[in-house]
Amino acid sequence: MNPARACQPLVEVLRHPGHMATLDLAAWDVLLRQAGAAGLLSRLAIQADSLGLTANLPAAVRPHLTAARTVAMKQRQAVRWEVRRVAQALAGIEGPVLLLKGAAYAIADLPPAAGRLFGDIDILVPRAQLGQVEAALQLAGWHTEKQNDYDQRYYRRWMHELPPMTHIRRGTVLDVHHNLLPETARIQTHAGPILAAAQALADPPGLSIPANTDLVLHSACHLFHEGEWGHGLRDLVDLDSLLRSCGLEPTFWPSLLARAHTLNLGRPLYYALDCCQRWLNTPIPANIIANCPQRPPSWQRAVMRGLFDAGLASAHRSCHKRLAGLAALILYIRGHYLRMPWRLLLPHLLHQARRREAEQG
Amino acid sequence: MKLGDLSLAQLRQRLADNDLALRTGPFVTRIQSPMLQVAEGLLRLYAEFPLDTGEFRDFHVRVGPPSGLRRWLRPQINFWYDDHSPFKPLPANHAFALLEWGLNWCVAGHAHHYLMLHAAVLEKNGRAVVLPGDPGAGKSTLTAALMLSGWRLLSDEITLVDRDDGLLVGLARPVSLKNASIDIIQRAFPDAVIGAPAYDTHKGTVAHLKPSADSVARVGEKARPAWVVFPRWREGSTARLSPHSRADALLHTASHAFNYSLLGGLGFELNAALMDACTCHDFEYSNLDDALRVFAELAA
Repeated sequence: MNPARACQPLVEVLRHPGHMATLDLAAWDVLLRQAGAAGLLSRLAIQADSLGLTANLPAAVRPHLTAARTVAMKQRQAVRWEVRRVAQALAGIEGPVLLLKGAAYAIADLPPAAGRLFGDIDILVPRAQLGQVEAALQLAGWHTEKQNDYDQRYYRRWMHELPPMTHIRRGTVLDVHHNLLPETARIQTHAGPILAAAQALADPPGLSIPANTDLVLHSACHLFHEGEWGHGLRDLVDLDSLLRSCGLEPTFWPSLLARAHTLNLGRPLYYALDCCQRWLNTPIPANIIANCPQRPPSWQRAVMRGLFDAGLASAHRSCHKRLAGLAALILYIRGHYLRMPWRLLLPHLLHQARRREAEQG
Repeated sequence: MKLGDLSLAQLRQRLADNDLALRTGPFVTRIQSPMLQVAEGLLRLYAEFPLDTGEFRDFHVRVGPPSGLRRWLRPQINFWYDDHSPFKPLPANHAFALLEWGLNWCVAGHAHHYLMLHAAVLEKNGRAVVLPGDPGAGKSTLTAALMLSGWRLLSDEITLVDRDDGLLVGLARPVSLKNASIDIIQRAFPDAVIGAPAYDTHKGTVAHLKPSADSVARVGEKARPAWVVFPRWREGSTARLSPHSRADALLHTASHAFNYSLLGGLGFELNAALMDACTCHDFEYSNLDDALRVFAELAA
């Protein structure tokens, strides 16, 4: 698949937001659906505003952008408010509490936050503090809900996070991580350097965000280890946005490679840079991709490109290509395969399948 | 061209070919469906609505059988908003009701360029009445009766408030009648056109009432809000209006709105301006004729 031709006009507009000014109504009819399904419509709305394009767009289109902008503004406000509640709940905890992904972008006002939609709030804490953190959050109203013994064991023994915690009144969901990848994952990384390099926020006090390099590496590792690609393109846009802004500083690129080496995350970084460059024309210095640590061998690069391209194209029906279903299945299995060794994975998948069967009755 | 200009066969063909774009107020929806019941329902209830020939549609929806083996065992139906199916499948004979719910969902879930209150709204002599109502309060019955007595229907479910001028925007889509009110309306208004009922839905029996020709023809006219009336059907009561505090009306409509909090400060401003423009009433009734008389006096 050639990303330049896939998912048009969405990909062209993500590469060059100014392109929105040239689209006719038929193109907008497709673009609004693609962007809506990919969770990127509000981002386009904000970009159209900041480029001063909105007033000249077709009258039928503008209400959709207004609506999408309204949703994004509300979510941004809500996530910032919720993060403050987390900060209050964890005020007594020693050691850094890091916001990850969307919450970090929103609180630190980083470029990916513009028009971004938010789901759960993710935080990272030192493993040694996990018990205290969980207890403090429970006191403030977050609870792990209706997880059975199997789920509890699955999370607590194998995963890099607690079972999702839901606030009893607000229904907001918090994911508490102590590492970027599961304990059982094929790639072993460690959170120590990320915690150590975190930048403390002035507001709200007590919270930190990862260093720029670590924001990129976490986003890459999240996207390229997941089995579900429904939001793949949105996550790639996050990466593109981070790389475009952080990459302006010349020291960023060498330190990104060094950091990938330290954290053992060269492989997902390679995939992230390759996809960003091919899909979104992200400006990446010539030698950086070639020098990426743990770069996969060329046959593997070709296979994985095919799979990731299919995953990214799964954003909307109009982007699907032949064998999209097969690619999605392979990515799903790969996501699990990367999480744990077969001797743990097979019983787990079997258990999940049985449970689904029982739920469908 | 109006939908009613098509024969049933032509309509079915266009629904099958995904070539039917229906304009309902500010929205154009492209509908795809292989279901006879959907075509029949549209022809019966949407005949006066214009078809859109443009290249831009606000919503793309489909009502059809879900894939999988199950369809051979027990026929089912599902609703898709573009790629996405927001509901669980229903029995196949609920196809038209599902389309109606789906169309409501499209508006309520996306049209955040309006403040959307959960209320019926009708207009008479240039002034609009907003009818918020809890389920079972008799809101739809009253809405249907008012429309069939000459009030212009803007919507029976979603009140759209324009964020630029605070005026009310109409959809003029069919009124959803439930259970006993289907017969009550049919008996009180023998000429009323009501679609085929869907039995045993989560709301009981549901049937849709065709909007008046005047409501459809004038759907583009925004209406100035004048009254907020909280209807309550109570057996044996005499139809009467009594004052309802504006502050309470503001809070009640805000807490039942589709997107009040999503709009933040703007939601408050719009809703407060709406209440400022209105007098607010409780309205108890048991008999439709009496109720209509009270409303005629109100609008006089």
